[in-house]
Amino acid sequence: MAAISRDEVAHLARLARIEMTDTELDHLSDEMQVILGAVARVQEVAGANVPPTSHPLEMKNVYRPDVVVPSLTNAQALSGAPAQEEERFKVPQILGEE
Amino acid sequence: MSSIFKSASEIANSLTAGDVTAVEVAQEHLDRIAAVDTDVHAFLHVDTAGALAQAAAIDKRRAAGEKLPALAGVPLALKDVMTQEGIPTTCGSKMLEGWRPPYDSTVVAKLKANGVVILGKTNMDEFAMGSSTENSAYGPTHNPWDLTRIPGGSGGGSAAALASFEAPLAIGTDTGGSIRQPAAVTGTVGVKPTYGAVSRYGLVAFSSSLDQAGPCARNVLDTALLHEAIAGYDPKDSTSINAPVGKMVEAAKKLDVKGMKIGIVKELSGDGYQAGVKARFNEAIEALVSAGAEIVEVSAPNFEYALAAYYLIAPSECSSNLARFDSMRYGIRVGDDGVKSAEEVMRMTRELGFGKEVKRRIILGTYALSSGYYDAYYGSAQKVRTLIKQDFDAAFAKADVLVSPTCPTTAFKIGEKANDPLAMYLNDIATIPVNMAGIGGMSLPCGLAEEDGLPVGFQIMSPAMRDELMYQVGGTLEAALLSKWGKPLLSSAPALGAK
Repeated sequence: MAAISRDEVAHLARLARIEMTDTELDHLSDEMQVILGAVARVQEVAGANVPPTSHPLEMKNVYRPDVVVPSLTNAQALSGAPAQEEERFKVPQILGEE
Repeated sequence: MSSIFKSASEIANSLTAGDVTAVEVAQEHLDRIAAVDTDVHAFLHVDTAGALAQAAAIDKRRAAGEKLPALAGVPLALKDVMTQEGIPTTCGSKMLEGWRPPYDSTVVAKLKANGVVILGKTNMDEFAMGSSTENSAYGPTHNPWDLTRIPGGSGGGSAAALASFEAPLAIGTDTGGSIRQPAAVTGTVGVKPTYGAVSRYGLVAFSSSLDQAGPCARNVLDTALLHEAIAGYDPKDSTSINAPVGKMVEAAKKLDVKGMKIGIVKELSGDGYQAGVKARFNEAIEALVSAGAEIVEVSAPNFEYALAAYYLIAPSECSSNLARFDSMRYGIRVGDDGVKSAEEVMRMTRELGFGKEVKRRIILGTYALSSGYYDAYYGSAQKVRTLIKQDFDAAFAKADVLVSPTCPTTAFKIGEKANDPLAMYLNDIATIPVNMAGIGGMSLPCGLAEEDGLPVGFQIMSPAMRDELMYQVGGTLEAALLSKWGKPLLSSAPALGAK
């Protein structure tokens, strides 16, 4: 099984948008190694002839009628917002200065 | 006499007869919570005013001569993963501290429509990830049988609330055993219905293809009553099953298993199972044989891969589901100083808001879904899921229901496994296959292990959409054990709050 490096864990943390401390990254690299070693067992029986199951119920194309139904008001939807302005969610800057 | 030691159906009968009011019943339970919850810590939020107001409304309707649903006026403890409008919903996480959802989950809407009085929100492992409730950001819950031990998880708060007589009914959710394992280690009853039987709308998602809400209580009949109250088709959940709810209450009252075939799963016993767990399990089997059931042994060779597959599928879905906690629309926000970018704020918030186990699973899931690793990990896990379903299909061709111990051991000490994720994950070895296949699973108490005097859980598994079979077998077994013991198991639990 491929070893997972500390740099790789740091990359995953960046992808997952979690600012991890050095100590956390050290611990997690060790733990990931152990956990991945254990879960890799699935490869022993997952032959090419076995179809995957993504969901316990086989359902396809669950539609509802295309009609407007009651939903949250603006005030309700914004009620948990960390910051708001003019009936909108107020968020930190998304693009840089340049 | 106080109502706190009565079952939900006894309370319902007293309310109907007019011997007691819903306000009195709610107040007795709120007093009980005030007396013992400092020790147990089952609740994260107690809605005293709201509960009394709901109870008063029920009393008023009853006084006006209205015919009310079976559970009207009976109190309930709600796992903090279910939204209830205006009531704090944290999922045991700092991420949602202070958040009050603007809507009711379908389960809560159904409870309200049934007149059930919601006492408050119960403690849980953060975002339902754990088997001990130690992963709650708000401190652990203690097992009422021994306060130094875990009450199971993730729904340890709901199970402990039942076992400490703080509520006769509770709601749990079960992704890999979070209803059944807490029920087992607290000597209570918990049911994970067939996937899709109870709406997931308003259940904060952990692993969407595995998550299922279900009823918890102190006996099989109460669990069946609650099951019928919360189940049913919901257009707001696209995986909801559009079929009538089965007759759970009727099945729980049958007390007859003559001619039924009960399959013992060979792989869910043996090494790793505590001696007292095996002894109580075998006695329960004897009781079922005496009641007229036929025992067959079934083999499920791929179950040994279920745990590994689960710890790929659940983290993968969790890494995707928990991406919604981005500090933009609700929940906490950290580091927004007008200079930092949205991405920096997001990263700082998620670092502070998520606990250790949640981060561990997000990283594991992100890895398993990465290009280059997807086929080897997530893809292989999905194939194992097919093999487990096939094992169940073959087993159910030989037996009406399957049985096993719910957990390999009784409740362990708080802190004992906190630093060993793999040892912690092993708790769920017998419960996980049920979630992988989307079938029904029940845990009910089958006695105390002699080596530690702690409760042992008996698991019953039924084919998808045949949940009533669990109630039929569970009700029969419960009655047989009760007549043997002469009193309910929970009456042997130590008294709480007597200081």
